[in-house]
Amino acid sequence: MGKIVPLSGNSAVAYAVKSADVDVISAYPITPQTTIVEKLAEFIANGELDAEMIHVESEHSALSAAVGASAAGARVYTASSSQGIVLMYEIMFIASSLRLPIVMTVATRALSAPINIWNDHSDFMAVSDTGWVMMMAENNQEAHDDVILAYRIAEDPEVLLPVATALDGYFMTHTIEPIEVIEREDALSFAPKRKTWFTLDPDKPVTIGALGDPQWYFEFKRQQYEAMKKSREVFEKSVEEFAKVFGRRYGAVEYFGDENPEVVLVAMGHVVGNIKAYLSRVRGKDSRAGVLKIKLYRPFPEDLIAKYLEGVKIVGVIDRALIPGSASPGPLHSEVVATLRKHGVDAKTLSFVSGLGGRPVTHEHIGLMFGKLSELKDKPSSELPKEPLFIGVRE
Amino acid sequence: MSKTLTIRDLPREERFAPGHRMCQGCGAAILMRHITKALPKDTIIVQATGCVEVTTTLYPETSWMNPWLHIAFENAAAGASGIEAAIKVLKRKGQLPSGKEVKVVAIGGDGGTFDIGIQALSGMLERGHDILYIVYDNEAYMNTGIQRSGATPFGAWTTTTPVGKVWHGEWRRKKDIIGIALAHRVPYVATVNPAYLPDLYVKVSKAMSIKGPKLIHAFSPCVPGWRYEPALTITIAKMAVQTGMWINYEIENGVLNVTTPVPKRKPVREYLKLQGRFRHLTDEEISIIQKFVDEQVAYINRLAGKEVIGPVEA
Amino acid sequence: MSGRLPSWKELPIGAVILEPGSSRRYKTHEWRTLKPVINQDKCIRCRICWSYCPEPAILEVDKPYVTSTNRRYEITYMVDYDYCKGCGICAQECPVKAIEMVPEVR
Repeated sequence: MGKIVPLSGNSAVAYAVKSADVDVISAYPITPQTTIVEKLAEFIANGELDAEMIHVESEHSALSAAVGASAAGARVYTASSSQGIVLMYEIMFIASSLRLPIVMTVATRALSAPINIWNDHSDFMAVSDTGWVMMMAENNQEAHDDVILAYRIAEDPEVLLPVATALDGYFMTHTIEPIEVIEREDALSFAPKRKTWFTLDPDKPVTIGALGDPQWYFEFKRQQYEAMKKSREVFEKSVEEFAKVFGRRYGAVEYFGDENPEVVLVAMGHVVGNIKAYLSRVRGKDSRAGVLKIKLYRPFPEDLIAKYLEGVKIVGVIDRALIPGSASPGPLHSEVVATLRKHGVDAKTLSFVSGLGGRPVTHEHIGLMFGKLSELKDKPSSELPKEPLFIGVRE
Repeated sequence: MSKTLTIRDLPREERFAPGHRMCQGCGAAILMRHITKALPKDTIIVQATGCVEVTTTLYPETSWMNPWLHIAFENAAAGASGIEAAIKVLKRKGQLPSGKEVKVVAIGGDGGTFDIGIQALSGMLERGHDILYIVYDNEAYMNTGIQRSGATPFGAWTTTTPVGKVWHGEWRRKKDIIGIALAHRVPYVATVNPAYLPDLYVKVSKAMSIKGPKLIHAFSPCVPGWRYEPALTITIAKMAVQTGMWINYEIENGVLNVTTPVPKRKPVREYLKLQGRFRHLTDEEISIIQKFVDEQVAYINRLAGKEVIGPVEA
Repeated sequence: MSGRLPSWKELPIGAVILEPGSSRRYKTHEWRTLKPVINQDKCIRCRICWSYCPEPAILEVDKPYVTSTNRRYEITYMVDYDYCKGCGICAQECPVKAIEMVPEVR
């Protein structure tokens, strides 16, 4: 459809933001997000994108300005990583509860300390509690497409929640892949700009951000819950239409591997690609192994995960973030366990924590993980390790 | 302005509704009422968390007739920056009626401006947004119960600088927010006082007619925080000016104009004695405060090039 | 809001308040222990009380008034007793002491 160009993940994202014809961009530089905003600045400087760029003085102000601009009716965009994400944390909850359709890209990077500019999912996982719709891409094309999908979902009148799209820092942001760029006409046809939310309009003055005392607060949280639930429906409709229009089909989850697996690794982001390559290269036919990619993290697609893991003997969940002290220190593992339990799926689970602070998750590591799963697949649950297995750390 | 505005010229129409929960005699309420009279109708207001915000927007009631947004405590200036940019680009892209001039005003208390909001304010001023920032200064974190802020003056009792054997009220001087604003090379700054309403009206109107970032610093007496009977709000506000504790002036492109000259100043004691928060002050502390005021008066007179604020006369 | 409070389905999303100035629904008169009474004969229509009222709870009405000394005014200032909190600023600032703060009788 469109032309194919070699683009880094960050450039691919920037091209999508341009095609979405955003009105206001407010962002603060942080590695590895920087080149997204630099590219956008180039577009604006060259007259290719008509937008206001607010060179804010911190990420907290970046999201605050985005909230203001969105409340004024503009299509807004911001991006950040790591410390920047957690600096804007306060406002993330507010953006969601004020029901503003902001789109933000998380170029995933480890959280300090130690300060680390390389890739893991700790900043992405930190967003989980904020009431944002969350999606993660496996490759640069998907990272590009996710931005267009994000505006479509965010601005849907039954959703009106901010959406975080994510791509892995350095592994994707700074590596080049062939990208079919969605042109503006097609992007705006798929995600048209409509005034679907309450805006600050002098002709119809409203008060946004009131104080909700105990007599009122609860009802608005209930509304937010419903909107998040609805966003799944809207996601499914959107990816269906996306497949029809652009020929690329995404799913809240995607499975790759043996049709009837005994062992499955669950993962997010670029590591999924590594696992797919490993499976193709190392495991032959009838390997009875597969990988379940989670694309949509919030709302968590429990039904599909339960469906794909039904009948599987053992599931290894790869977490690239660590929550010390949690019943499951791997946050994705925690969600999967809850899902399996709720849906009565009795697959065993193992938590793998790997690739923190940018340490690559290699085929060797993946082999180790599949090996462990195979070793334990027929053991009773009681004999499975209760703590996560740290793959790749020097013990 | 060729004709001087008087009290008779203040518009009758109320752009601020009663039923809000501000204290009896609240200085900020008087300010909000008159600020909204002076603002063009098509003005969007962004407010920081604070006394005014919580008392005027208790869901489902709002005292505001303008479109109004509150995000959080420290980011009124950032939110306003976003709105200003949005209006600019939406107009350019033909998504707003082109004839309409929609303006943006940010309002914060001293807490949300001098301290936690200073970063966002600085960013907004430095980037040159066309926004008027109004800070209503009641000289402490009043909404949370009278804790000291960077705007708390020397000697004041607050709950976090209380008076006892070791501490004797606030020992640091008030932060110079006008100086901070001027460091950003803004086209207009001004100070206003609720006892001088035509002056406030003129300054707010003037600020709104100037393009670029502007700051207005408003004196806001607080009944429970400053410890006085509610009826005395305007009396205290007037006395602040009459003693030189508060000087009404404006600086437009570097040119200072004192709008309320005071030929004969009263001693600061006359201002301090009206408020319970200064009750504990010793004569020595009062003379320190008098010295601070004398310094500021001398500075303003120097900038003005003449003695607009006169000497103390008992 | 009279009667039953609305369910989450009935409320505008995000706690947006659609009606400007809706705080008028909340009458703050119960706050006061003293209430101002304007002596219309003494009042010189200087506008000071109206200016300084924080609520606002003093109305400037185009109602003519002839004083006991046959002085005619075209305006009358009236206290809006629905909202007056009894702060007493009006009485304090009145230059001719035409306003008296009297105990609120319930």
